Amino acid sequence: MENFNLILPEIFIALSIMFLLILGVFKKDSSKLIFNTSQLILLITAVITINETFSVNRVTLFKDSVVIDQMSSLMKIITLLGAFLVLTISTNYLKTFKLFKIEYPVLVLCSVLGMMVMISSNDLIVFYMGLELQSLALYVLATFNRDQLQSSEAGLKYFVLSALSSGLLLYGCSLIYGFSGSTNFDIISNQLNSNEYVLTFGIVFIIVGLAFKISAVPFHMWAPDVYQGSPTSVTLFFTMVPKIAALTVFIRFLYVPFLNLIDQWQMIIVFLSIASMLFGAIAAIGQTNIKRLIAYSSIGHIGYTLAGLATGTNEGIQSSIVYISIYIIMNLALFSCLLMLKRNNKYYEDIDDLSGLSKNHPLLSLSLLAILFSLAGIPPLAGFFAKFYIFKAVIEQSMFFLAVVGLLSTVVAAFYYLRIIKIIYFDEEKEKYDEDHSIWLKFSLTFSTILILLYFIFPSQLIDVVSRINII
Amino acid sequence: MNFPILSSLILLPTIGALFLFFTKDKEGNNSTAKYVSLFTTSVNFLISIYLWVSFDQSTSNFQFIEDRTWIEGFINYKVGVDGISILFIILTTFITPLCIISVNNSVKKRLRDFLIAILILESFMIGVFCALDLVVFYLFFEAGLIPMFLIIGIWGGPRRVYSAFKFFLYTLLGSVLMLVAIISIYWISGTTDVIKLYELGIDAKYQNLLWLAFFSSFAVKTPMWPVHTWLPDAHVEAPTAGSVLLAAILLKMAGYGFIRFSLGLFPVASEVFTPLIYALSVIAIIATSLIALMQEDMKKLIAYSSVAHMGFVTLGVFTLQQQGIEGSIIQMISHGLVSAALFLCVGVVYDRMHSRLISSYGGIVTIVPKYSILFMIFTLAALGLPGTSGFVGEFLILMGVFKDNFLVAVLASIGVIIGAAYMLWLYKRVVFGKLINSDLKSMMDLDRSEYFILTCLAIPTLYFGFYPDPLINTIEVSVNDLINMYNRNLIIK
Repeated sequence: MENFNLILPEIFIALSIMFLLILGVFKKDSSKLIFNTSQLILLITAVITINETFSVNRVTLFKDSVVIDQMSSLMKIITLLGAFLVLTISTNYLKTFKLFKIEYPVLVLCSVLGMMVMISSNDLIVFYMGLELQSLALYVLATFNRDQLQSSEAGLKYFVLSALSSGLLLYGCSLIYGFSGSTNFDIISNQLNSNEYVLTFGIVFIIVGLAFKISAVPFHMWAPDVYQGSPTSVTLFFTMVPKIAALTVFIRFLYVPFLNLIDQWQMIIVFLSIASMLFGAIAAIGQTNIKRLIAYSSIGHIGYTLAGLATGTNEGIQSSIVYISIYIIMNLALFSCLLMLKRNNKYYEDIDDLSGLSKNHPLLSLSLLAILFSLAGIPPLAGFFAKFYIFKAVIEQSMFFLAVVGLLSTVVAAFYYLRIIKIIYFDEEKEKYDEDHSIWLKFSLTFSTILILLYFIFPSQLIDVVSRINII
Repeated sequence: MNFPILSSLILLPTIGALFLFFTKDKEGNNSTAKYVSLFTTSVNFLISIYLWVSFDQSTSNFQFIEDRTWIEGFINYKVGVDGISILFIILTTFITPLCIISVNNSVKKRLRDFLIAILILESFMIGVFCALDLVVFYLFFEAGLIPMFLIIGIWGGPRRVYSAFKFFLYTLLGSVLMLVAIISIYWISGTTDVIKLYELGIDAKYQNLLWLAFFSSFAVKTPMWPVHTWLPDAHVEAPTAGSVLLAAILLKMAGYGFIRFSLGLFPVASEVFTPLIYALSVIAIIATSLIALMQEDMKKLIAYSSVAHMGFVTLGVFTLQQQGIEGSIIQMISHGLVSAALFLCVGVVYDRMHSRLISSYGGIVTIVPKYSILFMIFTLAALGLPGTSGFVGEFLILMGVFKDNFLVAVLASIGVIIGAAYMLWLYKRVVFGKLINSDLKSMMDLDRSEYFILTCLAIPTLYFGFYPDPLINTIEVSVNDLINMYNRNLIIK
């Protein structure tokens, strides 16, 4: 008899999705109700996850195709809380654009369910199923503002490129299945014979597919267009939540079945990491649209996360998870600021619109100052510690080249963050923006900014939680 | 000693800044903000004096140590002072209140924010000089960039954006390599605690690379030729108080870093790279002195003279003679006082005439006699006249260099002569000569606060010039033991 308690969160969220769909069909004007309920559902699921699975060390279910361990629980909680915050802070934005419809939270829940399946997957088929569930929901979310040409274009582009990457991924899966005779991660790892070059092909195809999903260079082409075209609330979702799930799968895939083949994939990850860090830093310099700039900066940040993965140690994995957690907080704060740039029911998203913000909105610009310096990795802000852990793990494996290139690219990246700060603080002011933001938006900005500013006082806490993750 | 006196020194300005943050920012004359920050920094100065009084000069051990776990099993928050660092802390706490008094005339807009930036900067600067853990040191060292970037960028002159970016990116580029080195040291030795590293020593085969990584950071910050180009730009564009802090304290972080880390941790590499430092320092002394001769902008001239003076400092540090290192420390303290005063002197005339060009002045000696006298004291101190603190430092450094390398000493002495030339010529052109510009006739002499600041700076300059014993007594044992440790670690490896 399987222990269903462990996948209670997934069951609960799946049932809720069906319930909400039915509710939405039969009850008129229920979008507000459904928004609130889905936020509640995400919170409840997070609580269930903490309750049921947080103390579990490692259990596999359904003939080893699903795994519940420390990493899956932690990543699920981050995903759920991230999705919850995204929903809460974007209500005003959605109302302004008349996107406040019942489908929106249901699609978010669907993609979250897909991510949770991905995070727990211990089998290529389960993993692929979760991936497609989340991707399909995300395609629709990207085109959600269907009256706008850019949004439709974003969705279509995302769909085509993502489908291509899914194809590559499936091809890789089939190669691996062909040579190991199983789709289960544990069995594959037992039957590996590292002399098989075709296995390497399989790994490469899967890495390519996953690199598409986390938008690592050179598979990043979709990210800037999709980020810019999608509604801002969806962009926020894109930059935060799917990355966690994709990263978890990345870690599990590389470290459970293929740890012995580290010589084969380490070079690839190092290349992806260096290319992403450098490209993200250089390409962001010329951008004028904030969302597009965030797309490039997120490519750069994924590069740092991959640097942690490339080490092949538990420490590296932990540092990557710390990095992505801190990155998510910084991103949340940045988008909260972006969602506050509203004047007369119009949202502004060009960098020049920030000009002289510090005169009219001193507090908002102070938060932006902290966020941007933190993204640039300047101590004593949280972003510095994130980079610090990564490079500590990297240097402990004597990968000095990666460390030096990574740190030099932070200097290049600092340039475009400084440029935004310059526009906010040194340039002439423009008109005032509205100040009637929802309480949740203010809360999320204050909360995340305080976390960024004061992280240095208690840096051990996050490490303590993450250090329980031992994959190898 | 249970009371965390060093942490309170670090934290107090930040608390003051937090307090200011919650006061209202009034346009125009915001006296509340000024008094709050002046009070905070003055209290900080008194605490640091108390620190000096209760400091035990007979030992080179670190005192007032605080050691707390910060990141479990990895980094401890560890601070403490020895004879070398305590002087820099006092310099910092001494200069900052004077800066705050000086903002009266130079900062017109957003005074409250300016004071917040200065207070936070003070916290970071004190932190740099107290830190006894490499990561903690790096944290403070880098964090200081943020307030300085804003000070130059928001309150600076017409080319402030360019200068602020140049300052930030140059320094960051140098520092990231130091971060790699710090993490590598943890990887090699398993600790970043400076005291433990002093005892353990670092494996000789890694030292050269690590030394170069630290050097890249300190060379930019010092600044040494040829990476000094950010300094004139930053100085020219920064508001007076910003220039003062930059010249008086931020530059000293690197000189301090050379003594504490480059010598202390990497003796083998220091031995290898001493010729490099000598060469760069001599080039800096002679080349930047010549450049300073040709400057038409007063601030730029003093900025280049700073590069030359810091060239003497690096020269002295790497002589590895008792006199050389002591001279470097005294030179840094003296340069902290004198360059601060010179920038304030330029600020005084700039606030009145809104020009920093030397050619727009001349013959003001009869119009502003008080100013002329004080300006003269600092000019003479900058060129190292006996009886001023500048002389003690330069003399000791040259003595140390003569023991070590005759040729370098001769070249550096030539730099002293050129130094005298550009300072005296500057003074002559600004203060003496014919009064051509008739606008100058209406120039006011020093007001009370300016007079107070410059006198405050002149007293220690002259006092330590005639009687440098208090400084030398404080640093003597620490420097001596540093050299002993250096030679010990050199032999073991």
